[in-house]
Amino acid sequence: MALVKYNDNSISAISSAGQLATGSLVPIKTLTASSSSTLSFVHGTDGVVLDSTYPIYKFEFINIHPATDNVEFQVNFRDGSTDYDATKTSTFFRALHDEADTTTALAYRTGGDLAQGTGFQRLNEGIGANGDQSVSGELKLFNPSSTTFVKHFMGKFSGCNAGDREDTTYVAGYCNVTVAIDGVQFKMTSGNIDSGTIKLYGIKDS
Amino acid sequence: MALNFANNNSLSAITTLPASISGGGMTLISEQTASSSASISFTSGIDDTYDSYVFKLYNIHPADNSANLRFNLSVDGGSNYNVTKTSSAFAAWHKEDDSGTSLAYNTGNDLAQSTDPQRILFGGLDNANDGNGCATLQLFNPSSTTFVKHFMCTAVKNSYHPYAWNTFVGGYGNTTSAVNAVQFSLDSGNIDSGVIKLYGIS
Repeated sequence: MALVKYNDNSISAISSAGQLATGSLVPIKTLTASSSSTLSFVHGTDGVVLDSTYPIYKFEFINIHPATDNVEFQVNFRDGSTDYDATKTSTFFRALHDEADTTTALAYRTGGDLAQGTGFQRLNEGIGANGDQSVSGELKLFNPSSTTFVKHFMGKFSGCNAGDREDTTYVAGYCNVTVAIDGVQFKMTSGNIDSGTIKLYGIKDS
Repeated sequence: MALNFANNNSLSAITTLPASISGGGMTLISEQTASSSASISFTSGIDDTYDSYVFKLYNIHPADNSANLRFNLSVDGGSNYNVTKTSSAFAAWHKEDDSGTSLAYNTGNDLAQSTDPQRILFGGLDNANDGNGCATLQLFNPSSTTFVKHFMCTAVKNSYHPYAWNTFVGGYGNTTSAVNAVQFSLDSGNIDSGVIKLYGIS
């Protein structure tokens, strides 16, 4: 049976794609900071999906701006309770270059990694709070709903350091738990997230 | 108007969707193919429609041996590519004969408050027929009039030495003017061939 075409192969009356494939990067939820102490993505809350629907989830960070100068942006994960305290082991390194062209570095940062720690994972170092300073980047979380494997994450960020320099940071690690991760929370080491946007995507067929 | 389902709810004959249907989070805005091109410029489609943009560079092949691919930013629609930038750069490389490896910061490829183009495929591209480089460049919130403009790039190429190079660049256009055009070029000779695609991330 042939398909009835209404408008030279377009379907102008359709307003929702339903199950029609529309690309692999699927927007799930956007949170916008406004002097926020934390920003949290919890599965089943306010439209957040963080389960077996997607094998990989990606957070994108746009101009995360701290209220307090020289603080770190951080993440933690929820693993079966309402607390964000999943045990994590991770690596953290950075490249930096200052605007005055006096300092460059590429180095592992022991202050940014975790060894079976339950505290928050650092995502960058020393963001400046000047009006034009912020940090942007991405963080991927792999198969958070697995009850077999530990939960890997990887992120990279470019930030304006309080010392007027560019810091690019790379973080990778795993939540060393075999229960599902069903919530992810972001906050600063001190003070509020003054402004900024965090977007959660699911990556289909990945 | 009701839709007539013709084939167990599939729409195999449909070739376009109405604008009201989201195409997913990653939307192809435009693509350009190099053909002995001195530069490739994207002068439209970079605005406040999306919070971030991604350029994907495929098989960038130089006319000149040992050339490096760069990009620059414009705040005047492409009349001038001269935004002040500060950046960091590092790379890992490995020789084909297994005689050397490295992971190191590259002072020659970073910028400190410079309007020069930012190298992203550095270490010298190979202009042999099979030589090329590929990269992903992210540009965050270019239309902001509040914040500086962060970018990050990860790239891979085979160099003229011949080495495998994995290059990493992060930085910011140190301007609070909206960035609305991006240009790619080599520091020597033309871009013989290659494809660059611009995506918006919604």
